[in-house]
Parts: sequence; structure tokens; C-alpha cells
Amino acid sequence: MKILVCISNVPDTTSKINFTGDNKSFDKNGVQFVINPWDEYALTRAIELKEAKGGTVTVLNVGEADAEPNIRKALAIGADDAIRVNADPKDAFFVAQQIAAIAKQNNYDMILMGKESIDYNGSQVHNMVGEMLGIPSIVPASKLDLVDDSTARLEREIEGGKEVVEVKLPFVASAQQPMSEPRIPNMRGIMTARTKPLQVVEPVGGEVKADYVSFSKPEKKGGVKMIDAENAGELITLLRNEAKVL
Amino acid sequence: MSVLVFVEGFNGEIKKSSLEAATYGYQVAQQLGTTATAVAIGEVHEDALAKLGEQGISKVLYDADSRLNNFVADAYVKVIAKAAQQENAKVLVFSNSNIGAAVGAKLAVRLNGSLATNVTTLPKTDGGFIVTRSVFSGKAFAEVNLTSDVKIIAVKKNALEIANAGSGAATVEKFSADLTDADFAAAPKETIMQDTSGGVLLTEAEIVVSGGRGLKGPENWHLVEDLAKALGAATACSKPVADLDWRPHHEHVGQTGIAVSPNLYIAIGISGAIQHLAGVNSSKVIVVINKDPEAPFFKAADYGIVGDAFDVVPKLIEAARALDK
Ligand SMILES: Cc1cc2nc3c(=O)[nH]c(=O)nc-3n(C[C@H](O)[C@H](O)[C@H](O)COP(=O)(O)OP(=O)(O)OC[C@H]3O[C@@H](n4cnc5c(N)ncnc54)[C@H](O)[C@@H]3O)c2cc1C
Ligand SMILES: Nc1ncnc2c1ncn2[C@@H]1O[C@H](COP(=O)(O)O)[C@@H](O)[C@H]1O
Repeated sequence: MKILVCISNVPDTTSKINFTGDNKSFDKNGVQFVINPWDEYALTRAIELKEAKGGTVTVLNVGEADAEPNIRKALAIGADDAIRVNADPKDAFFVAQQIAAIAKQNNYDMILMGKESIDYNGSQVHNMVGEMLGIPSIVPASKLDLVDDSTARLEREIEGGKEVVEVKLPFVASAQQPMSEPRIPNMRGIMTARTKPLQVVEPVGGEVKADYVSFSKPEKKGGVKMIDAENAGELITLLRNEAKVL
Repeated sequence: MSVLVFVEGFNGEIKKSSLEAATYGYQVAQQLGTTATAVAIGEVHEDALAKLGEQGISKVLYDADSRLNNFVADAYVKVIAKAAQQENAKVLVFSNSNIGAAVGAKLAVRLNGSLATNVTTLPKTDGGFIVTRSVFSGKAFAEVNLTSDVKIIAVKKNALEIANAGSGAATVEKFSADLTDADFAAAPKETIMQDTSGGVLLTEAEIVVSGGRGLKGPENWHLVEDLAKALGAATACSKPVADLDWRPHHEHVGQTGIAVSPNLYIAIGISGAIQHLAGVNSSKVIVVINKDPEAPFFKAADYGIVGDAFDVVPKLIEAARALDK
């Protein structure tokens, strides 16, 4: 089983979000970057499948050199090798093009991603890659198991329920809870990660279709109105007459 | 040239989020001096489709193929791509649902278009086609210029008011694409619908009542459920509550759960960690009930009550039940 896991390098969930240069770019200053949390579910599930069935797990990131610590972290968690496409991940289409190009050169049995990246919240790359490669994309999947060597069984979340889907390999799937329980790298993993192969390749194409022009932050809330617990019912009246939401 | 809107059904009716998409589509069409057509797939009542005229839709292309009752991405994409071609659509509008975002992304590749998901504003069309989208889990907005000839937009839920353009009924035309077995290769084997507390879908709900670890255990969830029922709301929970199996995972909201943007979000016994806020911060009004006056959630709230949920919530249920609907 050859599995490709795509990881994006994103600001830690507790990061303060600021912009620089006339609000034209994200301010990386003082921001800690992590593996996109959703991608960790994909990575761990890939490693579990490898442990059960044999094979390899390759991690792929489209990003600049500053993503390498997190690529190494994925290797420490248990991936076998890594590829970094050396480019600024400008938009989803561009990223998907890079992933599809790598996938075409290697016959992966499955390509796993996260449900969405927590920075740009696009939820696009997985379906684009599936479409580019002409293979099914199961998004977002909360469960992934192999039925046999050529078929996988997944659960996909839909609004109001879930669907059980069986697909032939290869396919693309994006992970969300409770697909797996993310792992923390252990000492041995961290040591071996240093010597695992990390290949850097140059990007293909360069077309950007969604051009980020500027950023802004939401308006601050006006402050909280406190209601005495003794008269809690008063809240319902305020919600109807003042906030007009009931 | 026209604007094409994809509308989704639920129990035969059109989802609220799709009515929002239809409103968006009509308003873009007005901006561009053209008309808005809708495309609907699967089980939707025809009179519900005709009523899309109220949102300004002039025509609905309806593919009632029963194989499409369940979501099958490849087949849906084929139907919508054909509709887009027939209508010469240059702007395609979806709701930012799991289905809308998935189909939109695939169409962006197939139609060589520019895609923006999570969109919160109508486009600025002087010198480009610039929309605002919610990014960084609601902590910021980005303005994006969609540079391709075809523009695909997935509208964030509850980002705009459903308009009543009042232009009478839309005409409903039967429509079909030449679907083959290959288009159904990834068709679901089985669909398991959840018990959606009183029929309110969390992602579509106007009001959400949510509980955290402060409720102590699943046996106390009647407090959340009864309040939700009295308000016609959906129920949700924080991540640890789902991790502890007090509640199912599909109710978990936040950065690594479902993002919701209802008109009213009521948080009971939830501390307001930044990862939780990331999934609820675009709610219009936030109410926080917590026994700790220092709980960070109060900083993000519009209304707050410092008190024990076990005393406060029964009072709210009583007051909510007394409301005349
Ligand atoms: C990468 C990452 C992703 C995460 N993603 C999410 C996510 O998507 N969603 C999410 O929710 N969390 C997420 N978390 C977890 C988050 O950091 C918090 O741990 C979590 O939200 C806390 O849940 P809670 O508020 O229910 O519990 P607690 O933090 O335990 O808070 C319980 C609250 O209840 C109050 N309380 C106690 N008893 C009562 C009472 N009787 N009456 C009233 N109030 C009472 C307490 O004062 C306290 O404020 C994530 C964390 C990480 C690291
Ligand atoms: N720069 C990137 N490099 C590798 N994978 C990525 C990158 N950006 C996004 N992905 C993958 O695509 C998924 C969806 O991302 P997005 O469409 O940006 O929300 C992520 O969870 C990752 O698995």
C-alpha cells in the first residue's frame, strides 16, 4: 500500500492573526506553525493502515523551506519519506496542480488530506486533486478502512447524516474526527526522522486563479450585557425585544 | 451569459442555505445585468422549486433522476456542468455546504474557473471580480479577486438575508445529463441519517444551544435539549464533550469540528477556548452561561449570565416555553 498524505503548514490554533504591509500579507511574526490539525488525522490513519497492511507513507507539502520542521515532525510521527514542492502555496488551484503532478509520477493507492486548512479555510484542494486525476474524492471522511487490496470503505459526513461509500483504489479522501487519534512523536521517531529522505522539487505551472488582494479583521463586539442569574428569564425577553433573534 | 445557482433539498424542501445562495445569485445577476437560473437535483418538491421565483430565480433546471437522491459528486458535477454550458453561465453560486464546496471545487477544475468558498459579500465588479471570504477560522476576512472567465462562489451560511424579490413563480424545466454507471462509481452504499433533535440541522439552524464540560455528564443533556426544543434550535457541544462520548461527534463545533454561524448561539458551561470560538465566532448574537465570571467566553459574548447552569437553564426553559410563537 502506497499512501500519500498532504500536509499544510498553518498557524497554531491559538495564534493571534495580524497582517502587514498595508494589510496585504499575513504577519508571521511570533506565530508558531503546526501541521494542520485535520491533516494529522489523515497522517495517523495512513500510518495505522501501513502498520496493519505494510507499505509506505509519503508526506507532501507545497511550501517554502520554513515548513520543513513540520515535515520532519510528520516523519517523526511515522511517515517514511517526504516531498516538498518548493513554492509559496498561493491558492488552492496552484497547490492542487502540484499535488496532482506528484501523484501522476507515483502510483499511490490513496491520497489522504485534511478536511480543510485552518488558515484559508478553503476546503478545496482535495476535490480539485480528485478531479485533476479523474479519481473519486471522498470529503470529508470520518472513517476509512480497507475491505480488500483494491477496495476501501469510508464514511462521509453529509449535513444531517453520514454515507457509507465503497470505492476502488486509488482515491482521494480528506480526514476529520473520529478517523484516528493523532500521535505525538516519540524520541526514537524524532531521531530516525532526521535521516529519512526529504526531497525538494520545483513547482509546475504557475497559474493563480484566486488572487488575494487584502485582509481585514472583524469588528469588535460592543461588549457583553450581564443579566442577573436570579432573573435569568429576563434574557429570553431581551433576546426577543432587543436582539430580535427569537 | 447568466448566473447559475445550485440549490439543495432536504426532506423535499429547499435548504435555507440554498435560499441564501439563490438570493446571492439573483443579486449578482442584477449587478451584471442578466438573469439567474437555478439547478436542482434529486428529491425536491416542484412547488418548492417554483417558489424560488421569490428569491428572483427566473428558471429552474430540475434533474429528478432518483439515482441522484444521494450525493454522488461525479454525477452532480456532470449535471451542473451541463447546465452551466447550456445557460452560458459565467458565475456559479453554491451554498458553502459539504456538497456545495465539493461540487464547486470539482467544477473549478472542469470549467477552468476561479473558486472562492466561505464568501460573505457580493462581488465588487469595478475593475475585477472581488469577493470577501472568511479566513483564519473567522478571525479575519480576505478580499479575493477571481481572475478566470468563470467564477465559482460558495456562500457562507447565514452571511446574507434571504430576499423576497417577489417576481412570481420560476418556471421549472426537466433537465438531465447523460449519466453513465461510471458517474456512480463512488455512490454511497448506505445513508444513515441522524436523529436531528426536532428536525433542525445543526449547519442550517438559526439558533444553536450548545453544552460543554460544565454540564458534568450526558445525563444532564436534557437541559440543553429542552431549551433547544423550546427555542426551535439545534444542539451542539464542545470538543471534550464529544471526545468523552457524552455526545456524538457530529455535534462538536469549533476549529476542528463544525463551524456554525447562526443568529443566536447559546453556550452553557463552555469555557470559550480559542479553538471553540473559532467555530462559533461568526454567530450574530452569542449568549454565555457560566458559573465562572472569569470564563474567557464572556469576552466574546453579547449577553452573559454568571451562574450555575443547573439553576439558570431551567429558568430559561420556562421563559422560552412561555413565549408566544
Ligand atoms: C488543536 C486543537 C483543536 C481544538 N479544537 C476544538 C474544537 O473544535 N472545539 C472545541 O470545543 N474545543 C477544541 N479544542 C479544545 C479547547 O482548547 C478546549 O479544551 C475545549 O473547548 C474546552 O471545552 P469546555 O469548555 O466544554 O470544557 P472546560 O474547559 O472544562 O470548561 C468547562 C466550563 O464550564 C464551566 N462550568 C463548570 N460547571 C458549571 C456549572 N455548573 N454551571 C455553569 N458553568 C459551569 C466552567 O467554569 C468552565 O468554564 C481544541 C484544542 C486543540 C489543542
Ligand atoms: N500547501 C499545501 N501542501 C500540501 N497539502 C496541502 C496544502 N494546502 C492544503 N493541502 C491539503 O489540502 C487539504 C485541504 O486544504 P484547503 O483546500 O486549503 O482547505 C489540507 O487539509 C491539506 O491536506
